Amino acid sequence: MTKLLQWLFGVSLLGAVWALVSFDLLDLSLPQTYREVAWPMPLYLLVSFGCYSLATVGYRVATFNDCEAAAKELQEQIKEAKEDLRKKGLKV
Amino acid sequence: MASRKALQPNRDNGDKYSVLLPTYNERENLPLIVWLLVKYFGESGYNYEIIVIDDGSPDGTLEVAEQLQKIYGEEKILLRPRAKKLGLGTAYIHGMKHATGNFIIIMDADLSHHPKFIPEFIEKQKKGNYDLVSGTRYQGNGGVYGWDLRRKLISRGANFLTQVLLRPGASDLTGSFRLYKKKVLESLVERCVSKGYVFQMEMIVRARQLNYTIGEVPISFVDRVYGESKLGGNEIISFVKGLLTLFATT
Repeated sequence: MTKLLQWLFGVSLLGAVWALVSFDLLDLSLPQTYREVAWPMPLYLLVSFGCYSLATVGYRVATFNDCEAAAKELQEQIKEAKEDLRKKGLKV
Repeated sequence: MASRKALQPNRDNGDKYSVLLPTYNERENLPLIVWLLVKYFGESGYNYEIIVIDDGSPDGTLEVAEQLQKIYGEEKILLRPRAKKLGLGTAYIHGMKHATGNFIIIMDADLSHHPKFIPEFIEKQKKGNYDLVSGTRYQGNGGVYGWDLRRKLISRGANFLTQVLLRPGASDLTGSFRLYKKKVLESLVERCVSKGYVFQMEMIVRARQLNYTIGEVPISFVDRVYGESKLGGNEIISFVKGLLTLFATT
C-alpha cells in the first residue's frame, strides 16, 4: 500500500466515524453532547496539527546547530593539506 | 611508538571501503578531500580505496586527480572518468562496477562532508550490522554551517513535511553522506529513478520498503567553502514534485 493510500484510508476511516457520530447515521440515539463535540472536531484537529507543525519547525530552526567549530577546524585542515600537498609535489 | 601502534589496531578483517567521489569542477576541492580521506583512513586503519568519477569537468579536475593518483598510488586512487555530465545514480553504478570494497561510501567532493565522520559511520555499521548508515544534520550534535535563517527554515520545513508524509524511519533524507553495503547500494540504485535531492530521498524510502536496516550518525555539514551553492525556486519545486511522486508511488 502506498503512503497515499494509507493516508486516504486513515482519513476516510476517521471521516466515517465523525459522520456517524455527528449525524447519528446509525440511529444510536447518542446524547446530544456527543454530537456537539464531534461536529467541529475536524477543524480542531486541523488547527492543532497546524500549531504543532509550526511549533515543531520553529523549535527545530531555532535549535539547528551552527557548526562554527567544525568550519574552523576545516579551514585549518585545508591550510595544512595545501602545504602538505605542495610538499608532495601537487601542482594546482 | 607503542602507544601509536595501539591507536592503529590491525583492521585486517577483510572489510574494504570504497569511497565514491563524483566530481564536476572540483579542481580546488578534490586534493583537499582526498588528503582528508587519506588522513582519517590512515589513522583509523581501515582498508579503503577512493574512486573519482569525473564527468568531464572543463576546469581540469581530472588532471589534478591524476596527480593525486601519482602521489597516493593507483591502488588507493582510482580514476573512472566519464565523457560528460550524467546523473548521480549512473555515477554510482559506474563507480561501483570498479569498486573492490564490500562497503561503499558516498559523499560530496565539495568539502561539505567531512571524512572525520567515516570511522564513526563504520563503527555504527559494525555495531548494528546495518545495511546502510546515513549521516544526519538533524539529530544529536549534527548541524550545518553557513546557512542563513531562510535556508534553515526551508530545510526544516521540507524535512518535517517529508517525515509526516513518508514516515521514512530516518531523520535526514536529502543528505548524501552515507555508507552502504555494496549489494544494498546495487539493489537500491537499480530501483531509483529520481534526480538531485529527490534521488537521495528515494534511496532511503526504497531502503525502508525493502526492509533494509538504517543506522544514523550526526554530522556537521559545512556549506561549500569554495564555489557556491544555491537553493532557488526551481529546486524547491522539483523537491515538492519528487516528494509527491514518492508519496503516491511508495
